[in-house]
Amino acid sequence: MRHITGGVDKLRVEGTTIRQVLEQLESRFPGFKERIVDEEGSLQPGVAIAIGNELTVLGVLTPVQESDEVHFIPAIGGG
Amino acid sequence: MTTTENRPQFKVVGTRPVRHDGLEKVTGKAKYGADVILPGMLYGKVLRSPHPHARIKAIDTSGALKVPGVMAVVTSKDLPIQSDKMVELGEAHANMKQVAENCLASDKVLYKGHAVAAVAATSPHIAEEALEAIKVDYEVLPFVLSVDDAMKPGAPLLHESMVTKAILGGKPDPAKQVGKSNVSSEMRWVGGNLEQAWRDSAVIVEREFYTKPVHQGYIEPHVTTVIWNPDGRITVWTSTQHTFGVRQQTAAILQVPEGMVKVVPMEIGGGFGGKINVYLEPAAAMLSKKTGHPVKMVMTRKEVFEASGPTSGSHNKIKIGATKDGKITGWQAWFAFEAGAYPGSPVAMGAMCSSAPYVIENFDISALDIVVNKPKVAAYRAPGSPIGAYAIESVLDEIAEKLGMDPMDFRLKNASKEGTRQITGAPLGKIGNTEVMTQVKNHPHYKSPLPPGKNIGRGVAMGYWFNIGMQSSAVINVNPDGTISLVTGSVDIGGTRAAVAMQAAEILGIRAEDVIPTVADTDSIGWTGVTGGSRTAFSTGIAAINAAEEVKRQLIARAALMWEVKPEDVEFKDGLCINKKSGKDTLSIKQIVAKMMMTGGYITASATSNPKMPGAAFGAMIVDVKVDPETGKVDVLRVTAFQDAGKAAHPSYVEGQIQGGGVQGIGWALNEEYYHTKDGVMANSSWLDYRMPTTLDLPMIDPVIVEVPNPGHPFGLRGVGEVGICAPMAAVRNAVYRATGTRMYQLPMNPGVIVSAMAAQKAAKK
Repeated sequence: MRHITGGVDKLRVEGTTIRQVLEQLESRFPGFKERIVDEEGSLQPGVAIAIGNELTVLGVLTPVQESDEVHFIPAIGGG
Repeated sequence: MTTTENRPQFKVVGTRPVRHDGLEKVTGKAKYGADVILPGMLYGKVLRSPHPHARIKAIDTSGALKVPGVMAVVTSKDLPIQSDKMVELGEAHANMKQVAENCLASDKVLYKGHAVAAVAATSPHIAEEALEAIKVDYEVLPFVLSVDDAMKPGAPLLHESMVTKAILGGKPDPAKQVGKSNVSSEMRWVGGNLEQAWRDSAVIVEREFYTKPVHQGYIEPHVTTVIWNPDGRITVWTSTQHTFGVRQQTAAILQVPEGMVKVVPMEIGGGFGGKINVYLEPAAAMLSKKTGHPVKMVMTRKEVFEASGPTSGSHNKIKIGATKDGKITGWQAWFAFEAGAYPGSPVAMGAMCSSAPYVIENFDISALDIVVNKPKVAAYRAPGSPIGAYAIESVLDEIAEKLGMDPMDFRLKNASKEGTRQITGAPLGKIGNTEVMTQVKNHPHYKSPLPPGKNIGRGVAMGYWFNIGMQSSAVINVNPDGTISLVTGSVDIGGTRAAVAMQAAEILGIRAEDVIPTVADTDSIGWTGVTGGSRTAFSTGIAAINAAEEVKRQLIARAALMWEVKPEDVEFKDGLCINKKSGKDTLSIKQIVAKMMMTGGYITASATSNPKMPGAAFGAMIVDVKVDPETGKVDVLRVTAFQDAGKAAHPSYVEGQIQGGGVQGIGWALNEEYYHTKDGVMANSSWLDYRMPTTLDLPMIDPVIVEVPNPGHPFGLRGVGEVGICAPMAAVRNAVYRATGTRMYQLPMNPGVIVSAMAAQKAAKK
């Protein structure tokens, strides 16, 4: 989402949950949050969150630790 | 053939017991959806649109109601008004308004075959006859059948209010999507410095590829029987991969509390992803509500083709560069997939999967989801991945040739490993990519000379699928005879009953035969995700393991009670409780349960799983073909298919999944397609004309199971159901090239396509 972040593709933010991380990102890059969550705070259809190489099951309520990498990725479905 | 080196060996997992449902299935005793017969049952049939795109001005059902034996007719007007509500179905969201409209069209029909009305009658023949008495006034509209046509300025719009949505990094070009569009969404991933990468490249290959929609081809058509009881409770007997998903969708569309809907899964005759969405249930439910009778609806094969989701057709543009020593420099890809009548193609997964086997640092990848006047696409075995792999693996093959490199050496040089970042930025976990590639390179098939003769070629390709986790539930009841009843919510479409039962047996030190697995309805088991996404043996297996561990804990507690010691003085090993204090006293499960009424009652345990590390899987295929240059006919001479299973719970069924995926991929490569006339009608909606390979068309596929244990599973399992379909199309295409000297850029590579391509190449050389 470089066109929203002005070319920045990774950065450190504060937060203990994904929701807090998103608030931080929104304050720095307006328009970022709506790509990830809807007005009710649920993940947008087609969007999932990974912490490192693990998909989260708690969505924006997922707790994050200091060294965690948060990745916003397309949701995956199988056949 | 399985390759395992110094892997942990288990007593049950990894063996080949007879599957628990095998005898019933081969003797015809297993109960499928068509076997449901209920007192007073009526039969439902669906009236479908003859037009690929039309506005519905009026529907007159009065004629149908006059046909003797007809009990009710429903249209979309009988369904509650739907909002654009997104419902979380576990693995994906679904727009319930769109799902409802796909079941019964409201103001527009969006494909030939789109359901318009449904009739319930005392016999299926009467219901069929009554359809002809329904009068529909259509305003026929222009239609689009390809992504290219759908994106042209001025193209007819399927959904007049739809505007292209930018998802994640998507940045739709405002010049192309001004206001309304058939492009429902765009995603984009950008990394590194692509311009510099091109400057660093010794070779750059840029190609375009086209694929057609293909159907999952399950043998059993969609079938459902629904009864809407007077107390408001609804029971659905159905052929589905996702009982809880059917419950959720049916309840949402009918706007009843989910707890009022009970879904009973029947045995399933194939799904491959195509039996996750509801098609018949809402109409059958409304017919039952109107008549007070159960209503059964069964699709014909023609309806299955024309009205249930195939996978996407596509147009893809790929540009990849490499240095002279074979290092990939730049990677640019534009994927445009058909979604069918409503948004939601697997284009993002196609983009992500096709890049996963490789380290790529400079990339610009776009993924567009585009609606066209065809049935709404549905998942098909590793959705999106085979289409992406076809394009990417074909270009990589060409680059390797230009560099004078062995195709597998080129892939190994660029292979992703644990920790490699995918295009999303997320790192790969522990994977078996290089192990699979190495197995390919060292396999006798790869190293053997081609069979003697002309126009024979060998091709190779890689494939990848994420696999998914999601929630599963399991209940174990220990029987007085020492066997266990294992209840799960996972419909068995590939031998998963056995695979899951074996995992519980392994924990408890009993035989697989001592586990009695049952697949339960939605009232009888906790929420369980889809049987799909290659998750069942993995996630439901973990749920069964968790339940078995709880049983083990209870057995230890009972034994401690019987020996009058503390539980920590009891060890459980190989199905026996051992008194550590005495060092010699043991109690078997049978002995413990013989006394269970005196030690606290029956032993039962329930557990769930929601694992986060499903363990991605890599696959590959080597294929030899002979091409008749006169007719373009391709004979497949030899196939070896490789797949990392982590740990094969039941090797026979893993081999079956590898072979099945291989057959489907080869059919997709050579024969299968939705062939549409200029009127937007599918012309080949029968088994005769939609040409799937049979056992007469292909040699035995030699499966090679590679085992790189998945740290996310106690026994190392990875999902196995899907990745086998990812590599075949590109492998066959690369083999056809080597047999003919002509590269193909469209699927299927049927005889006509091959002959035309060879002729065009010959003419171009003159």
